Amino acid sequence: MATNTETAKPADASLSRRGFFMKLGILFNGFAAIVLALPIARFLFSSITRGRENGYLSWVRLGDVGNFPEGETRMATFRNPLVMPTDGKTVDTACWVRRIAGDQFQVFAINCAHLGCPVRWFPQSGLFMCPCHGGAYYRDGSRASGPPERGLFEYPYKIENGVLTISAGQLPTPGDPVARLTSEKPPCA
Amino acid sequence: MRLITKIGEWLDHRLQLAAPIREAAGHPVPRSTASWFYVFGSAALTVFILQLVTGILLALIYVPSAGEAWSSLQALNHQVALGWFIRAMHGWGSNFMVAIVLIHMVQVFLFGAHKFPRELTWIIGVFLLLMTLGMAFTGQVMRFDQDAYWGLGIGASIASRVPILGPFIVKLMLGGPIIAGATLSRFFALHVFVIPGLLIGFVCLHVLMVLKLGINEWPMPGRIVRRATYEAEYHALTKKDGEPFVPYAIWKDMFFAAFIILAVAACAYYFGPFGPTGQPDPTIIQTAPKPDYFFLWLYALLSLLPPSLETPFLLIVPPLAILGLILLPFLSGEGEKSWKRRPIAVVTVLLIAITLGTFTRMAQFTPWSPHMNAWSGDPVPDRYIHGTTALERQGALVFQVKQCRNCHSLGNTGGQRGPTLDSVAVRLAQDQLIRQVIQGGGNMPAYGNNLSPAETTALVAFLETLHPPTQRPARDAARELVLSNGQLQTSGTQP
Repeated sequence: MATNTETAKPADASLSRRGFFMKLGILFNGFAAIVLALPIARFLFSSITRGRENGYLSWVRLGDVGNFPEGETRMATFRNPLVMPTDGKTVDTACWVRRIAGDQFQVFAINCAHLGCPVRWFPQSGLFMCPCHGGAYYRDGSRASGPPERGLFEYPYKIENGVLTISAGQLPTPGDPVARLTSEKPPCA
Repeated sequence: MRLITKIGEWLDHRLQLAAPIREAAGHPVPRSTASWFYVFGSAALTVFILQLVTGILLALIYVPSAGEAWSSLQALNHQVALGWFIRAMHGWGSNFMVAIVLIHMVQVFLFGAHKFPRELTWIIGVFLLLMTLGMAFTGQVMRFDQDAYWGLGIGASIASRVPILGPFIVKLMLGGPIIAGATLSRFFALHVFVIPGLLIGFVCLHVLMVLKLGINEWPMPGRIVRRATYEAEYHALTKKDGEPFVPYAIWKDMFFAAFIILAVAACAYYFGPFGPTGQPDPTIIQTAPKPDYFFLWLYALLSLLPPSLETPFLLIVPPLAILGLILLPFLSGEGEKSWKRRPIAVVTVLLIAITLGTFTRMAQFTPWSPHMNAWSGDPVPDRYIHGTTALERQGALVFQVKQCRNCHSLGNTGGQRGPTLDSVAVRLAQDQLIRQVIQGGGNMPAYGNNLSPAETTALVAFLETLHPPTQRPARDAARELVLSNGQLQTSGTQP
């Protein structure tokens, strides 16, 4: 019985040998948790940090300027600059190219500015229409009717050696339109 | 037989599970709870187990790679023996699970089972509902087709609207800058590991609490729940009027569980698997993506809300609704349990059910979406062209060619985004028609830049013929007066 009281007493005291080791054990595990948490967080948030460090955007070629007749709007496709081995066809992206005149272009994202559904161009009425919630846009991309709060997203473009090139690589969304992230302003802005 | 008993004894000597299981099975429940109204919880658990089994079976073939998922689904549908049936069971099981969880929730709420002391059981149930919906959404992504691809785009567009953090949430959700391989892989991890793991844990807690706290007794009007006395009253009830759960109440659960499994199998057999629809190729834009059944109401809501209200609604209402559900047992933890004495509860349930039902029904017709092929596919009804002038016929052509038909119906075909035009001439006079066509307005685009004066004249001439034979077209009464330089008498006395 005497030994019992002896072992019970130090446990109540502020620092016993066993209590100290237990606290040390907790501390040691906390340290291990931090050591593990840092690489896990780095891994988990890599899609965000990558976007901030190097950026996802690069200049992508859409084709010869001659492919796009003046005064017309045509669909063009490009491969997303960042490709992973398991991406399949999802890296192929479509966009609408409007050649106003000469070197004056507008390149619209395929995604509706409402919720990202693919908009279709109707040359006869000069409208882009969205099949999902009925958003409509004029030929210059400005909002015509429906739920979108803004016009179509536009890719910044430039013409290099007669090739139409756009700055792309990221899904444009209402909270993150492509143009805003690029340092270069679209030439016709 | 003796051998089996011996093995059983050997096992139980080590596991020591027989006694607690016997106690759980034999725990007394109020006689009134052996009711067909009390079978939905166990039915939800049954469907969940069914989903686990069929899900594991699908994972034997399915490849969670954006490049191969779609073809592996095709292989399941067409190459692997009964692959289509397992897919159909999993798809229908998902619909059944959401439905049963909702019915269970409504029953629990109307029977006052969320009140003291079962608040935590309710709150965990709310999490279980959210996880079930999470499984339904991530499951739709697993069916990696056009709907899944553009559905992810919709999810990303909604997430991007969160102030400041939006762009980061989108990249975290997609696993990169676009919807691609990493997106499918992380939704696979959510659908197969993370959410089911949480679900299993929370289901265990949920069932454990039902066992510990006892099943909710049948609510009697006037039997008031009070924190101080309820538990003693409940124990007195189970002592006085209780029966062991097994076999007194469980047989109904068992019958209903078997019925539900057979119902899922029957739906799977008769209706087959869901999709996949077209390939997830973003360059194929001839598609009208639609969410699965249980998110159709949201699809409708996103079309019908005024644009300016949409973002605040999306960001504020869901968190508030979830918070409301979590706080519910604390706001009404005592008092009447019976739905007969809780009119507000009944009306709330009816209101929510009718609202969701109406939105879901509307989303099946999507009157807000333009019919993309109506202009080239739908014929102008004969009666609108018969006996018309060349100008009016030209107008009918303009009407079709300029895609007016995509949003306006004639003779019940065509889009319903704008008003039907079968009797537009009765509503609008010539001047108003011209103004509406050229300037648009009222959610219609302006066509001024896309119609030549000749086309506008022809189109309006055609529109003016659109009125029922018994009704005269609208006309501007002041027009003749103005044209005749104010000579009212002449125009007034004309025969």
